[in-house]
Amino acid sequence: MSAVMITRKVTRKWEKLPGKNTFCCDGRVMMARQKGVFYLTLFLIVGTCSLFFAFECPYLAVHLSPAIPVFAVLLFVFVVAMLLRTSFSDPGVLPRALPEEANFIEMEIEAANGNVMAGQRPPPRIKNVQINNQIVKLKYCYTCKIFRPPRASHCSICDNCVDRFDHHCPWVGNCVGKRNYRYFYLFTLSLSLLTIYIFAFNIVHVVLRSVDSGFMNTLKETPGTVLEVLVCFFTLWSVVGLTGFHTYLISLNQTTNEDIKGSWSGKNRVQNPYSHKNFIKNCCEVLCGPTYPSVLDRRGVMLEDSTRPTPSDASAASTYKSTNPVSQTTKSSAPLIPNEHTPEEAKPSIGAGTQKSTSSPKEEKPPSPTSPNAVAPAVIKESAH
Amino acid sequence: MVLQNKEFHNLQELRHSASLANKVFIQRDYTDGTVCKFQTKFPSELDSRIERTLFEDTVKTLNNYYAEAEKIGGQSYLEGCLACLTVYLIFLCIETRYEKVLKKISRYIQEQNEKVYAPRGLLITDPIERGMRVIEISVYEDRGSSGSSSGSSTTSSSGR
Repeated sequence: MSAVMITRKVTRKWEKLPGKNTFCCDGRVMMARQKGVFYLTLFLIVGTCSLFFAFECPYLAVHLSPAIPVFAVLLFVFVVAMLLRTSFSDPGVLPRALPEEANFIEMEIEAANGNVMAGQRPPPRIKNVQINNQIVKLKYCYTCKIFRPPRASHCSICDNCVDRFDHHCPWVGNCVGKRNYRYFYLFTLSLSLLTIYIFAFNIVHVVLRSVDSGFMNTLKETPGTVLEVLVCFFTLWSVVGLTGFHTYLISLNQTTNEDIKGSWSGKNRVQNPYSHKNFIKNCCEVLCGPTYPSVLDRRGVMLEDSTRPTPSDASAASTYKSTNPVSQTTKSSAPLIPNEHTPEEAKPSIGAGTQKSTSSPKEEKPPSPTSPNAVAPAVIKESAH
Repeated sequence: MVLQNKEFHNLQELRHSASLANKVFIQRDYTDGTVCKFQTKFPSELDSRIERTLFEDTVKTLNNYYAEAEKIGGQSYLEGCLACLTVYLIFLCIETRYEKVLKKISRYIQEQNEKVYAPRGLLITDPIERGMRVIEISVYEDRGSSGSSSGSSTTSSSGR
C-alpha cells in the first residue's frame, strides 16, 4: 500500500492544549503567559553576578584566593540552571478529561446525588476518600471536568489543574507543583547562598581595598559594588526568608497552598495524612523522591490527517526522548484510541488510516450512539474552548 | 449469538470488524496517599466480558509496577543526588527509573491487550495517556452480531 505523505507541517499536541501556557522550542519549554517578572529575575541574577565578576573577582582572586571566583561561577551556574529548570518544565499539569471520561464522571455524580428537585441547587460536587485513615475531600474542577486528585489545585493564572500544587510563582514565570518543586527549592536555596556569598565578599573587598586606598576611592574604583550591595541586601531578606519557609514546609510535607488554606492546622481539622511524621523522611520524599514524568504529551503528533504520520512520529519522538519517553511505545500499542477524538471522529481516520483496499464505505459509519456517546458532542463544545 | 473465533483474534481484527460500544474507567485508589494506584474493584460493565481474576491480575500488576517506579529508597536517593550534582544534565543522557518502568508498563499493556483483552473485545489504554487518572477500557462489539456476549470459551482459549 502506498503511503500518501502530506507535506504540510506536523501539528504537535502542545499547539492544541487548553490552558493559558506559552510553549517554546516546539513544545519542549512550558511557561505561564506573563513572563515579565521572570525576565527581571534573570536580569537581576545575571546582572549582579556580572558586576561581581567584573569588579570584585579580579581583586579577590589576586589578594585572597582564586577559589573565590571559581566557587562563585559554580554557584551562579547552579542557580541559573535551577531557575531555568523550574521555569521551563511542566509543573505537573493534569490534562483535562476527554468527553467520555467527563460523561462517565457526570453519570457517577448524578447517580450519587439522586433526584434533585427543579429549582433547587444540586449539592456541591465533593468526593470523600480515606487516605491513611483520614477523610480527605476531593473537589470537582468544573474547568477540567475531573475530581482533583488529593493535593492538586487549579491555577487560575495558567488555567490548569496542577498536581501537588504549591503556588504560582511570577518570579519564575510558572506554577510550582509536583514535578518542579525540588528545582524551585534548590533555586531558592542556592540563590540564598549566592546572595550571601556576593554580599559577604563585597564587604570583604571594600574593607580590604579601603585599607589600601581609602573608602571613597574604593567606591570610585568599583562603582558596581554599591549596586551589588543594594540588590543583595534586599534580595537577602526575601529569598532567605522564602528558603526558610519552604524548608519548614518540606519538613512537614505540606504545600504552600495547604498552608495558606489552613488545611492541616486547627483543632477540628484533619491531620496531614501525607506527612511521615519524621523530618528526615519528609525531606527525603520531597527532595530525593522519584522524578515524575510529564503526563502532558506535548511533543506528540496530533493524528488529525487522514494518513497516519508514522515516519514523522518516530522521528519526532526520538529527537527529545526525555520529554516523551513513552509516546512512541504507547502509540504502537493503542493506536486506535487517539487522544483528542471522540469515537465518531476517530472512526473515519482509523478506517482510512489502515489503507486496506478491503475497507468498505460502510465501515466508516459511526456506531449507533449509546447513551455516553450521545452526550459527547455537547461536552466537546465545552471542552474545546 | 456465538461469535466466530477469527473476529476477535487479534488487535488488527478488532480494529476492522468491531465498533466501540462503551468505555469503562477504572479510577485511582487514594487510600495509600498520592502514590499511583488503581482500584481493583471489578466494574459491572465488564461482568459478561472478562473473568474477574484476569482483570484483577492486570490491575494488581500495574499497581505493582507503579509502586516500583515511585519507591523511595536507596536507588531513588542515589539517582536524586547524582542528578543534583550534575545539575540535572545527566537526564539528557540516561533515563530515569520512572521512565524505565513506564516503558515496562507500556509493553505489559500491549501484551495484555494482545493476549487477554483483544480476544474478548476489550482494549486497555495506558493510563499515562489519560494523565495517570484512569485506566480506560474500551468495550468493543462486533458489528455483525447484535449480541454483546463474547466471552465464549472458544474465543478465550484461542486467545491464550
